[in-house]
Amino acid sequence: MYSFAYHRAKNVKDAAALLKKADDAKLLAGGQTLIPTLKQRLAGPGALIDLGGVKELTGIALKGKVLVIGAMTRHAEVANSKVVKKAIPALAELAEAIGDPAVRNVGTIGGSVANNDPAADYPAACLALGATIVTSKRKIPADKYFKGLFETALADDEIITAVEFPLPKKAGYAKFPNQASRYALVGVFASTGPAGTRVAVTGAGESGVFRVAEMEKALDKNFSAKSLDGIAVKPRGLNTDIHASAEYRAHLIGVMAKRAVAAA
Amino acid sequence: MSASSIGASERRTEDKRFITGRGQYTDDIRRPYQTHACFLRSPHAHATIKGIDFKKASKMPGVLAILTGDDIANDKIGNLICGWMVLSKDGSPMKAGPHPALAQGKVRYVGDSVAVVIAETLDQAKDAANAIKVDYGVLPAAADLAKARDAGAAQIHENAPRNTIYEWVIGDEAAVDAAIKRAKHVTKIDIVNNRLIPNAIEPRAAIGEYDQGTESFTLWTTSQNPHVARLVLSAFIGIAPEHKFRVIAPDVGGGFGSKIFIYPEETVCIWASKKVGRPVRWTAERNESFQADAHGRDHITHAELAIDEKGKITALKVKTLANIGAYMSTFSSAVPTFLYAPLLSGQYEIPSIYCEVDGVYTNTAPVDAYRGAGRPEACFVIERIVEVAARELHIDPAEFRKKNFIKSFPYQTPVASLYDAGDYPGALDKALQQHDYKNFGKRKAESERNGKLRGIGFSSYIEACGVAPSAVAGSLGCGVGLWESAEIAVTPTGMVEVLTGSHSHGQGHETTFAQLVSAKLGIPMDHITIVHGDTDKVQFGMGTYGSRSGAVGMSAIVQAVDKVIAKGKQVAAHILEAAEGDIEFSDGRFKVAGTDKSAAFGEIALAAYVAHKFPTAQIEPGLKEHAFYDPTNFTFPAGTHICEVEIDPETGVTEIAKWTAIDDFGTVINPMIVEGQVHGGIAQGVGQALLENAVYDKNGQLVTGSFMDYCMPRADNLPSFDVDYVFTKCPSNPLGMKGCGEAGAIAAPVAVINAITSAVGHENVPMPATPNAVWAAIQKSAKLRKAAE
Repeated sequence: MYSFAYHRAKNVKDAAALLKKADDAKLLAGGQTLIPTLKQRLAGPGALIDLGGVKELTGIALKGKVLVIGAMTRHAEVANSKVVKKAIPALAELAEAIGDPAVRNVGTIGGSVANNDPAADYPAACLALGATIVTSKRKIPADKYFKGLFETALADDEIITAVEFPLPKKAGYAKFPNQASRYALVGVFASTGPAGTRVAVTGAGESGVFRVAEMEKALDKNFSAKSLDGIAVKPRGLNTDIHASAEYRAHLIGVMAKRAVAAA
Repeated sequence: MSASSIGASERRTEDKRFITGRGQYTDDIRRPYQTHACFLRSPHAHATIKGIDFKKASKMPGVLAILTGDDIANDKIGNLICGWMVLSKDGSPMKAGPHPALAQGKVRYVGDSVAVVIAETLDQAKDAANAIKVDYGVLPAAADLAKARDAGAAQIHENAPRNTIYEWVIGDEAAVDAAIKRAKHVTKIDIVNNRLIPNAIEPRAAIGEYDQGTESFTLWTTSQNPHVARLVLSAFIGIAPEHKFRVIAPDVGGGFGSKIFIYPEETVCIWASKKVGRPVRWTAERNESFQADAHGRDHITHAELAIDEKGKITALKVKTLANIGAYMSTFSSAVPTFLYAPLLSGQYEIPSIYCEVDGVYTNTAPVDAYRGAGRPEACFVIERIVEVAARELHIDPAEFRKKNFIKSFPYQTPVASLYDAGDYPGALDKALQQHDYKNFGKRKAESERNGKLRGIGFSSYIEACGVAPSAVAGSLGCGVGLWESAEIAVTPTGMVEVLTGSHSHGQGHETTFAQLVSAKLGIPMDHITIVHGDTDKVQFGMGTYGSRSGAVGMSAIVQAVDKVIAKGKQVAAHILEAAEGDIEFSDGRFKVAGTDKSAAFGEIALAAYVAHKFPTAQIEPGLKEHAFYDPTNFTFPAGTHICEVEIDPETGVTEIAKWTAIDDFGTVINPMIVEGQVHGGIAQGVGQALLENAVYDKNGQLVTGSFMDYCMPRADNLPSFDVDYVFTKCPSNPLGMKGCGEAGAIAAPVAVINAITSAVGHENVPMPATPNAVWAAIQKSAKLRKAAE
């Protein structure tokens, strides 16, 4: 690990001020990606701004027909939350299958969404549920937020404060884990509700999370696994790596989409 | 507490300290004034070193020394060695290229050490290593085993044209070719035995220390064989004479073969400790383990099996390319030759066998022994080809095996091995029954009703363990004898110290060895201490690998214990005032036959040290005996494993539904520990079959450089194993033991692949059989079926 300055932010305003002031600073949420990267000397930020003490960033609340999850809420809290389990059970199930208990007890939804790992689970949920990413500056619809591999619409001095999920009528998530990392090799989140009918895929795309229009159209008519019969996703634009070919990932999208719909 | 017995499942006494965090591993040791080493490793698979600029780095805070290959050469430190000579078919010796501990002029794999920084703290050492500028002349890499011998492939070592180290052969080619010509049926297979990275839970570590007062060295290191490390480091590498050199392998957290070898980093730590005049420590980070621990397996093989009209196997022909990596590691030459081809006969009567093995350099990490070492590769060839042959001939694979089993012993195979004892049909029959083989069809139908595929695979494996009779090993090119030593030191109060040349790094020797001595001497286990892993305490030993500590190490203990009892009888005769010939020893007491006169073991121990009551001119005082034991043959553990899988055809995910293991290990000292060994071995074998794969890209970059990409087996990848035994006594050692440490890793991979191929109806499934690979095989199988219709 390279040395860096450490700041513990008191509140969001404080964090934003530090972020602006400090040279080459990084926000530290759960640190499940950042800390290993630092330990391997793959990153050397000048300063870390720890959000761990910012109370206003944590918590889960149902506000009318919108589920609001604070950015520093841990995966385990989402997985075990009675509110989430009742409002969007698929989201609780998704959180329950992230990493292992050690990761879930520390990793946060805000950190995951900010990092936008192309194989992370939350981006699929955000996109498929038509979530809104709330930041220190504005509200960004999920459709305009995810910009590619590890790329988002966030400005350098912008901090995610919460994620708002409009309650779907139905939603399901099916993940096919990479055997080694247990990130999604293919993860499909399908939902129907106020944001329309949406199918979002993580883990498979060359440029990160994406939606499958043809599936959405079919499901919009009839939200059942059978509606997806005969819809084949093309391998073009999907990843090929040592774990899986694009052809296999394309096939798995079909399988996982059906399982997600069936689970909804 | 009473004495233990052979066959009792004693709890592991060492576990208390391990699970309460009181183990003493190399990295736990702190030495006064210690310094830290950081190795600067090559990011290129193949490059010349045009220059190393460490002017800036050497001035950085805390830096004590920066050493390179030039310093190694200036100090006349020898190259690392490969200790087993293998000859090519034309009689020429293997072409070993130089392997300096720090690269000299050229790097040959990603992770090759170019320089070492010694600093006050590890962070300072890393900072300085970062600041070193190496001017590399990048060369094309020969990273792909299949292409490394092609004309135009990069030349890795000057003395090994076409990157070929040896072209070794065994068996009678003409006889095999004739049998193949005559055969009713010939089965042919092409297989790749995937490359593995050992990943012991404790990474390699070393602390080197030089004492200026006594001019002697101490090396604490993660070794499976500290005496061999000392021998090689003193006699060949030239660090210090043996009597001025102590090697300590304290608690070691797993080895699986990877800690047998004498590596660059340990060599550099001990050498550098004299240069900086302070202890030098290094513990591998996990990425270093991935890059620079010796890897395992990595074969490409073509095999042909000839079968006559009666369904009897008549010949086997095998051609293997073995990846040795960029340098020849300590035993790398022997693993794909002498530890491989002599097992190709499997459990079968095969009149003629011929095998060619080409050892090949590539720009990848060195490849050497890994749990099973050559024998899993051999087992995979024979058990895969036998299975495919049975299917091609539409004979039940179990019946086909039985028809061809060796049934009388001793049996001389055509590939040097002389099998001493076994009951192959007995193990298979027991496995079939315990697995409920006859109802497999019902279970398959049930799976199909649920939309799943079900398959069953056999592995009737054999291995050669208890490595080995020294003269045989020597005649095959091994540079050392492979006996084992033991010393039994009895204290005046009758407590017993057992000093053994074996080394425990997870095997539980502190329990099983004490159990054996307890049973033999009739004293409680807690009166016995097992001492190992320190060259200043144990006079010499060959260490632990190749499932040898039971058959060879414990045999040495038996021999030494017998000497102690014999000496005890001499003393007892005087104490009990009887003729020595009338003294019997049982249940911990020396007894005068036919009388009620007796003395406890402890009383005689005391008498031996007090030495008042016997003539010390004829009987020396004290009670301490030493033995060197050399076995008469290898041992041949064997058995049958049956793996049953259920596959989701939609995703290609394989679930192991059922596993039956019937092993013949000869005498078993501690069934609980043996069962643990079987479980661990199967887990490793399943890892190879389903999950693990070391991948280099065409430029020689290690793609699977972390657990994010290299998949180790986890509990949820494994079923509950049904483990049981058949018994034939091994005639080649006094206890009748065969060894159990590698059986699971040898038997398991091919059982899994035989099961998967049976389920998907297509023989071409690679290892690891990832969901993608299995799904692709299902697609291919469906396509072929369609075409056939």
